[in-house]
Amino acid sequence: MTHVEADKPGMHQEPDAAEASQTTASAPKRRSGLAEFWYYFSQNKGAVIGLCVFLAIIAIALLAPVLAPHSPTVQNRDALLLPPAWQDGGKAAYLLGTDPVGRDVLSRLMFGAQFSLFIGVAVVVLSVSSGVILGLIAGFFRGWIDTTIMRVMDVILAFPSLLLALVLVAILGPGLVNAMIAIALVLQPHFVRLTRASVLAESEREYVTSARVAGASRFRLMFVTILPNCLAPLIVQATLSFSNAILDAAALGFLGMGAQPPTPEWGTMLAEAREFILRAWWVVTFPGLAILITVLAINLMGDGLRDALDPKLKRS
Amino acid sequence: MFRFALSRLALIVPTFIGVSIVAFAFIRLLPGDPIMLLAGERGMSAERYAELQAEMGFDRPIVAQYFDYLLGLFQGDLGTSIVTKRPVLEEFFTLFPATIELAFCAIVLATTIGIPLGVLAAVKRGSWIDQTVMGTALVGYSMPIFWWGLLLIILFSGTLGWTPVSGRISLMYFFPPVTGFMLIDSLLSGQEGAFTSALSHLILPTVVLATIPLAVIARQTRSAMLEVLGEDYVRTARSKGLSPRRVIGLHALRNAMIPVITTVGLQVGVLLAGAILTETIFSWPGIGKWMVDSVFRRDYAVVQGGLLLIAIIIMFVNLIVDMLYGLINPRIRH
Repeated sequence: MTHVEADKPGMHQEPDAAEASQTTASAPKRRSGLAEFWYYFSQNKGAVIGLCVFLAIIAIALLAPVLAPHSPTVQNRDALLLPPAWQDGGKAAYLLGTDPVGRDVLSRLMFGAQFSLFIGVAVVVLSVSSGVILGLIAGFFRGWIDTTIMRVMDVILAFPSLLLALVLVAILGPGLVNAMIAIALVLQPHFVRLTRASVLAESEREYVTSARVAGASRFRLMFVTILPNCLAPLIVQATLSFSNAILDAAALGFLGMGAQPPTPEWGTMLAEAREFILRAWWVVTFPGLAILITVLAINLMGDGLRDALDPKLKRS
Repeated sequence: MFRFALSRLALIVPTFIGVSIVAFAFIRLLPGDPIMLLAGERGMSAERYAELQAEMGFDRPIVAQYFDYLLGLFQGDLGTSIVTKRPVLEEFFTLFPATIELAFCAIVLATTIGIPLGVLAAVKRGSWIDQTVMGTALVGYSMPIFWWGLLLIILFSGTLGWTPVSGRISLMYFFPPVTGFMLIDSLLSGQEGAFTSALSHLILPTVVLATIPLAVIARQTRSAMLEVLGEDYVRTARSKGLSPRRVIGLHALRNAMIPVITTVGLQVGVLLAGAILTETIFSWPGIGKWMVDSVFRRDYAVVQGGLLLIAIIIMFVNLIVDMLYGLINPRIRH
């Protein structure tokens, strides 16, 4: 396992002397944005591993219809609860075994990756866009608008996120889309708070004043002048929210309030397999392992992103 | 300090009002008629409907309804469960000790393991110990705990047969609840083996619930320690010739604990959210399972009351953490 925790300013681990002199010799003094980002990101080996795993999961999700050996929903009465291929009684055709109604676990996991990634993307897009807009409005206009928005966010944060999501789904009705809306709503206050804090800090800067004096419209000031300078913490938070969204959606699925059977969503698969845990370990183990690996990969990337994007940590 | 406490208290008033509005609005936002929902699936006559409507005040303006609701809250009236016909508050207090017992054990486990591991990782920075601890912490932090619980059941209850699968104590023991905490009650009952049984039921749920807080606390302790270890006063203490144990234990750890205490306090929300899943997996009769069961039974009066009570608990714990933080770190008060 690699070194993943963010270090504090001035305490960053120095790279090997040889490696450092090599990079300073070959790289230009001021790296371009993307190259600089990659330089700091790739310093964190865990983050690079996380990125590779994540890319592999994306590939599996996209290629699931080609890669999967069986259909994720077709039930096979001749192959109920078959153990994985390497165990006694397992068949090579069903590498990770079959579930209680004879569906191939591996194929369901591959199609499940589509759902998990879709949930992550949709939730992050929803919560980031609404959160950033609310945060910009709060930080930019101040006054009663700010107070109202922030108090509402406090109220959302006063509930345990999973409980609030559960209750929201009870109102909206169980299902994947409603679960995603509920999770996005629960995650969104973090973006509002972050954006507002950055906007407050940036608004005092001279470049904003000069843009204002030059006659930039409010819309332009908010979205073109200020927003790009608040992106770094938002990107890090978005990564964390991506993994949280996958975990929460799986938890809701597990509680029977998320995606409904026969959808091969990983949390729902776990819920369906619960009563067989003492008889068939594989139907429980593999979906959870898939969730863990995905979330872990994203969190590893998140740590690397924080190292790479937080200007305080950069050695100048 | 008094002014600081008052200002913090004033801040939670709007949040409380907001939380009560959410709980109040909940039953009205549900698709369908609230009275028909409260009545359950059997339905009712038109006269009974009108009677209930008047009784519950649904025929009054919405703002008046809200103030009625608020007034009821301050008198301890959170409605009545449709399923058990018992007051929601009474049910809550019957089940809450089970959750406190579990959450308390989990947070004790998480701090007693998490803080020393975090300190160790910081002191041995960059070593294999550091990498192992932080790697494990990240795995713990990424853990879907509902799956983790099932895995532990497969291993320790199924394969090894060491621990029971569910519940708080073996069915062969029965004694009237005194404190509501099974560990204490089983000791008080004087029945042989009761305490051991209660303890063995508690182990797996505690481990599952402690997993994420433990990871968060270890990570936070490490980064707080790293920050403090770079400070001048730590270097001074070292150059005075103090033993490393004294420098780390006395000078560094005490200052590093400030952010860690906040982190521990903030885990209460995480614990209550975790309790929903943990209690469901282990059939632990606490408020987390109560909420999930109520959502499924469509016992909306319970969901409404429980939602409010849980939010109030979290608000007050956060308030206490805030005050504690002001107490140990005088800089924050001003």
